Amino acid sequence: MLCDECGKRPANVHLTKIVNGVKSESHLCDQCARDKGELDLFWEPKFSFPNLLAGLLGHEPGFQAPLAIPGGTQDRCKNCGLDFPDFTKTGFLGCPDCYEEFRPRLEPLLKRIHGSTRHTGKVPRRTGGAAGVRREIESLRAELARLVAREQYEEAAKVRDRIRALEKGLADQA
Amino acid sequence: MSLGDIIDRTSSTWMKADAPSADVVLSSRVRLARNLEGIPFPHQASDADLARVADQVQRVIRAVRGLSDLVVIRLSEAQALDRQILVEKHLISPQHAQGAKHRLVAIRADETISVMVNEEDHIRIQALLPGLQLEDALKLASEVDDMFESKLDYAFDEKLGYIAACPTNTGTGLRASVMVHLPALATTGQVGRVLTAVSNVGIAVRGLYGEGTEATGNLFQLSNQVALGRSEGELVENLAGVTRQVIDQERNVRDRLVRERRDQLEDKVNRAYGLLSHARLITSEEALGLLSDVRLGVESGLLSGVDAMALNELMVITQPAYLQRIMGKELGPQERDVRRAALIRERIRARKEGK
Repeated sequence: MLCDECGKRPANVHLTKIVNGVKSESHLCDQCARDKGELDLFWEPKFSFPNLLAGLLGHEPGFQAPLAIPGGTQDRCKNCGLDFPDFTKTGFLGCPDCYEEFRPRLEPLLKRIHGSTRHTGKVPRRTGGAAGVRREIESLRAELARLVAREQYEEAAKVRDRIRALEKGLADQA
Repeated sequence: MSLGDIIDRTSSTWMKADAPSADVVLSSRVRLARNLEGIPFPHQASDADLARVADQVQRVIRAVRGLSDLVVIRLSEAQALDRQILVEKHLISPQHAQGAKHRLVAIRADETISVMVNEEDHIRIQALLPGLQLEDALKLASEVDDMFESKLDYAFDEKLGYIAACPTNTGTGLRASVMVHLPALATTGQVGRVLTAVSNVGIAVRGLYGEGTEATGNLFQLSNQVALGRSEGELVENLAGVTRQVIDQERNVRDRLVRERRDQLEDKVNRAYGLLSHARLITSEEALGLLSDVRLGVESGLLSGVDAMALNELMVITQPAYLQRIMGKELGPQERDVRRAALIRERIRARKEGK
């Protein structure tokens, strides 16, 4: 078998990659594998989170991100001073506010890591804000559906009124 | 209760052998990552910021009734050996043990709860229980979380959830894990297949001691990879479901080994028992391997008179730092091997004669 990349030398590196459940196979010669950086994975401990992160953000390790992004996106967090390229090197944000500052670039990344960008779990009481109310509405809706299915209409009406009151509260805030 | 008491006590709650599915699952852990609003994450924080976090957390511990029984330890003031023991007892991470300034750990007396302060995140709450008890561990961690949250303003984003220093933890901030003992799957060369299957459903696997997935003592850790987009309950239930399937597989192979390869299996576990009862020099790696064989013997009913809790205890106290603590002095590698062998002989036989 010849190398997929150069088509000249015999393929002696056989790679099977599974990315997000999609399997791909490639057959490369030593040299092309090294050029593509595929062999680093096995030979050197280069397979670190920051490198992975850089890959996910769409650029190669060592790539210099442009200092200013068209459209005026900030490159430095106003609160802690971390700049985005620092993040891609270490894999750590600087402070909670960084998530706000870099949101347009972080959300696609979070989507790739977790497959989602919408938290559906626990909400803290003090700082949860409207999220707590929305979560309560969701669970009341489920409750409402259950009551209707069991034809307990009187109870259901109470729950419906509670949902309306909460929704009104949210709308007034906004 | 002090750091000294925690260190001196060789047994921990997670070592109890009468827990659910304890024949395969040694322990269940749930960790929640939390950060305080407006303060840079520990790696980016100034000395004053870190002091502020440590101070706020300590004040909450003193003020909230359900937390006041936590023993607070300043790692910069603890000795290197004691810090290492906390790692060997799974109460803090190796990074946290480096003991930089303003790093704390708060530990509940029964060691089911430990709270690391100023590790990768401002606060990391860990609940650790014996056997397969992920739901209970989540409940325990969540209760402690609520107590801290009653006085602290957590960094939280309505869309993204709890904010963490590393985006892999943002969302629920939850990492649930189980420590599983898979000797039958490992001996029959099936562990790779099972663990690959597991990793395809969002569960990460690593060997507990040793590098990468090369596990010493056939101990593996399974944990959730994803922290955002699913609720804490769903994440824990997913891991518990996968773990139950791994347990079934391991038990099936154990049964088959006992039925079809009884002589070989009996030989293996008794040889391991013989070595542990008589060896005069033993490295921690060899000890972990042999303890795994003896454990398999006990759990499949081929070896009696050794109790599983003693094995769990030996796994921890034969680690380098603990051993030195027990001996009360620093030991060179060769001397450690001598002491380790002596300690194992004593404990394994004491159990046998005690029955």
